Amino acid sequence: MSEIFGIPIQAFMGQLMLGLVNGSFYAMLSLGLAVIFGMLNIINFAHGALYMVGAFMAWLGLTYLDLGYWQALVLAPLCVGVFGVLIERTMLQWLYKLDHLYGLLLTFGLALVLEGLFINIFGVSGQPYSIPDEFSGAFNLGFMFLPKYRAWVIVSSLVVCFATWYVIEKTRLGAYLRAATENPKLTQAFGINVPLMVMLTYGFGAALAGFAGVLAAPAIQVSPLMGSNLIIVVFAVVVIGGMGSILGSILTGIGLGVIEGLTKVFYAEASSTVVFIIMAIVLMIRPAGLFGKEK
Amino acid sequence: MSATEFLRVSDLHAFYGESHVLHGMDFTVRRGECISLLGRNGAGRTTTLRAILGLTGRRTGSIMLNGREVINLPSHRIAQLGVGYCPEERGIYASLSCEENLLLPPQVGSGGLSLDELYDMFPNLKERRNSQGTRLSGGEQQMLAMARILRTGAKLLLLDEVSEGLAPVIVQKLGEVIRKLKERDYTIILVEQNFRFAAPLADRMYIVEHGQVAAEIQRHEIAEKQEMLKEYLGV
Repeated sequence: MSEIFGIPIQAFMGQLMLGLVNGSFYAMLSLGLAVIFGMLNIINFAHGALYMVGAFMAWLGLTYLDLGYWQALVLAPLCVGVFGVLIERTMLQWLYKLDHLYGLLLTFGLALVLEGLFINIFGVSGQPYSIPDEFSGAFNLGFMFLPKYRAWVIVSSLVVCFATWYVIEKTRLGAYLRAATENPKLTQAFGINVPLMVMLTYGFGAALAGFAGVLAAPAIQVSPLMGSNLIIVVFAVVVIGGMGSILGSILTGIGLGVIEGLTKVFYAEASSTVVFIIMAIVLMIRPAGLFGKEK
Repeated sequence: MSATEFLRVSDLHAFYGESHVLHGMDFTVRRGECISLLGRNGAGRTTTLRAILGLTGRRTGSIMLNGREVINLPSHRIAQLGVGYCPEERGIYASLSCEENLLLPPQVGSGGLSLDELYDMFPNLKERRNSQGTRLSGGEQQMLAMARILRTGAKLLLLDEVSEGLAPVIVQKLGEVIRKLKERDYTIILVEQNFRFAAPLADRMYIVEHGQVAAEIQRHEIAEKQEMLKEYLGV
C-alpha cells in the first residue's frame, strides 16, 4: 500500500476530504459573519444558532411536512433569511449608534434563547437526517472512496462562496455594498437606500447560515448544540482571515478545515487546538488578520 | 422671483450631538444660479451643506427644495430629488476603483453627463479608471468627486471647498468646469475659503458667521463692499 510521510494514502486522503468538508462549513459561516460585520459593524454571535435553525427547518420539513432535501435547501435559507430581517428590524437597528459590544451581547443573548428553545422542545440528542438518495454511495477515485454527499457539500459551498465573492467584488450591487460598508452616510447622501441594504445584508448573512445548516443536516446529526460547537472555530477563522475581508474569510475557512483535518492524521491530539494555535501566531504577527487591513 | 426659486433655507438650526452649530440660516438659491457661502473656518458653511442633505444630527427649521419640504426626509430621499454632493474631504472610496467611484451614485434625474463626456472633461480619470480610488492624486480625487455627481442628473450641486489644497492649474481647470456647468443651467452652491476662486463664479455671495447669514453681497457690489469682505473674511 502506498504511503505519504509514513501515513497510508487512504487515511491521508480521507482526512483531507473531511478537512475540506469542515472547511466548507467554516467558509460559509465566516463569510456570512464577514459580510454582516462589514455592513452592520456587529459581531453576529447568533450566527451558529441561525445555522442550527436552518438544519432544524430541514429536519422539521422532512418529518412533519414531508418536504424533501431539495425543497429544504431552498426554503430553509429563505425562512432563516426572513427571520434575520425581522431580527434586524425589531432589534439590531437600534444598536448601530452604540458600541460594538451591544450588538455582540444582543446576538449572544439571541443565540442562547434560540438554543434554549430548541433544547426544550427537541432535547440535546441529535435527530437523524438521512442523506438524499441522489447522494447515497461513493465515487471510487482509485486511491480512495469519496462519499457523494461530501463531494456535494464541498462543491456547493464553493459555488455559493465564490458567487457571493463575485457579486460583492465585481458587480454594481457589490459596489453599493462596498461603498456603504466604507462610508454609509456619504453613500446614502448619493441617493442609495443604505438602511434597506443593511437590513438585506443581515438577512443574506442569516440565509447563508441557514443554507450551511441544511447542507450540514445529512452530514452531522441535527442538534440544538450543533451551532455552538462550530461557531467558536468559525470565530477563530474570522480572526485569522481578518474581520470584514470577503475573500479572506473564504480562503481561511477552507484552509483551516484542511489543516485541522491533516493534523488529525499526523498528531491527532492537537487537532482541536491547532486552529487556536494558528490564531495566536497570526495575531502576534498580523493583528488585523491575514487578509485584513489595519484601521 | 419665487417661481424660479430652487432652494429656500429658512431658520435652519442644526446640531452635532449637544453642540448647536447652525443658528437660523436663511438663504435662497434660484434655479440656474451659482451662489457662494463665504466665511471663516468653523462658521458653519460645511454644516449648512450637510444639513441640507440630512447628514448632521437634529435639525429644525425649513428646507424647501423645488417647492417641497425636505427637512424630515432621510438623506437618500433628498438626494433622489436631484441633489449632488461633493464633500470637503472628497469622499473617494478606497474599496472602489476610479471608474466604480464614478459610476456609484445612482441616476437621480435626466440630463446627466455621459461617461464619455466626463472622460472628455477629465481625461486623467480615463487614464486612471482602473486604479484604486484613493491611489489617485489629490487633484484627480477632486475631479473624480466632481465628475461623479455630474453623471447622475442632479440639478443642485453642493460643492464644498473644491479648490482647497490643489495646484493652481487644477483650480483653474475646476473653475472652467463650474463655468460650463453654469451654462448648462445647473444650480450651484459653492462653499469656499478661496475668495478669488469664488468671486468670478458666484452670482451672489452670502457671508456666514456663527452659524447664521451675516450679509448678502450681489456680484456688482463686490467692489464697493471690499471693506466689509475684508472685515468678515480677513482677506
